[in-house]
Amino acid sequence: MGLDFHVIWDNLTYFFIGRYPHGPLGGVALTFYLAVVSCILSFFGGMFLGLLAISRNRVIRYASEAVIQIVRGMPLLMVIFWMYFLYPALMGRAMPESQTVILALTFFTSAYMSQIVKAGIEGIPKGQTEAAISTGLTHRHTMIYVILPQALRNMIPSFVNQFVSLIKDTSLAFIVGVSELTHVATQINNRSLIYPTEIFLFIAVVYFIFCYAFTTLSRWLEKRLAWAKAI
Amino acid sequence: MLKYKFDWAVVLSGKYFDWLVSGVKVTIQLSAVSIALAFLLGLIIAVMRMSRVRPVRWFAHGYLEFFRNTPLLVQIFFWYFGSYKVLPEAANDWLVSTNFEFASAVIALTIYTSAFIAEDIRSGVLSIPKEQMEAARSSGFSYIRSMRYIILPQAVRITVPPLISQFLNLVKNSSLAMTIGVAELTYQARQVESYTFKGFEAFTAATAVYLAMSILITIVVTWYSKTILSPMKAR
Repeated sequence: MGLDFHVIWDNLTYFFIGRYPHGPLGGVALTFYLAVVSCILSFFGGMFLGLLAISRNRVIRYASEAVIQIVRGMPLLMVIFWMYFLYPALMGRAMPESQTVILALTFFTSAYMSQIVKAGIEGIPKGQTEAAISTGLTHRHTMIYVILPQALRNMIPSFVNQFVSLIKDTSLAFIVGVSELTHVATQINNRSLIYPTEIFLFIAVVYFIFCYAFTTLSRWLEKRLAWAKAI
Repeated sequence: MLKYKFDWAVVLSGKYFDWLVSGVKVTIQLSAVSIALAFLLGLIIAVMRMSRVRPVRWFAHGYLEFFRNTPLLVQIFFWYFGSYKVLPEAANDWLVSTNFEFASAVIALTIYTSAFIAEDIRSGVLSIPKEQMEAARSSGFSYIRSMRYIILPQAVRITVPPLISQFLNLVKNSSLAMTIGVAELTYQARQVESYTFKGFEAFTAATAVYLAMSILITIVVTWYSKTILSPMKAR
């Protein structure tokens, strides 16, 4: 028994930035990079899918619903493998692993974001659309100028929650060898061998601190938005 | 132009088909055991979270926040690689004597999912009007008994749809057990891929199984909320 956290101190910079600046960025910094880039991309992906899912054209609506349901029914690991093994097979050239992961995370998270977008838009009272249409706005303009600005504001807490999920999900990038925090931890564990408890406890705490901060932010935003709506 | 030649026979018959089937079996075993345990643990944590004894409530709160806000993969690695230093001797001996990979995966999945289930149960309980508890207490039920006989039976019914989607998440999350060598569905699909280079076929088969499970569960939830939940609310 007895835990010895020396191994953490000795590898602290490696945990946080990988081999940077003498090599590629890694560790916590790469985790954040993956999460932020995928979050931004899947915001647009989710918006796109979500708007298609409430389209007035039935074919478009059913097709996008089908895509969303299929992605939501798959484990993220499966999506990563699809990207990792099939992109080279289909395109005839390889893609850097970190891009594979970003693509997989974006594809996966877009499906979940689309549900947020859909619920957000449906949460705006119908009277708003009717009023906008009767003042002469087209359907598209109603969406852009009346519905979305209100809906997006209400969606912010859910987006932040999705970002927390993304931070956690980036740990799966480990499986294709992207040196984010979890991968760095397994490397240090393989090298030092006798401190697995300390290492995995440490990275769990690191993930927890970041995720908890954003969870708290999301709760605070939710309260604030509810309060702003009440006036 | 695609240069890839499809060969579905590889995954639909023979040795590799058997691998995939055994993977499905392990996925179902792993999920079933973890679901049962996670439900029980989640129930206990939810009750603790609503306890009037402060330390108990704080402990449950800390438990929830910690396990919800750390990646499942890290938790799996912790239990698989690192738990021996923090567990008592007897527990270690027992774990080593069983299927250690499977046991670690079950522990990690159970604890991770129980944190989500506890929150779902809690919001189910909070949706039961306060008067129910007051009425139960004033007719002489103890706190535990009011929970057991009055509140929980109602709350569990409301909690079923979110619970089922947690179960669905658990089935999908069980794929992470492959990282510590549990031969479940994703693991077997990858095995088939590396032996035959027929990745497309192997992953399609595995994806189809996951989809079938999720569609089945979605149908059940939809049916449940339409036929059981809506009439109940109308009353």
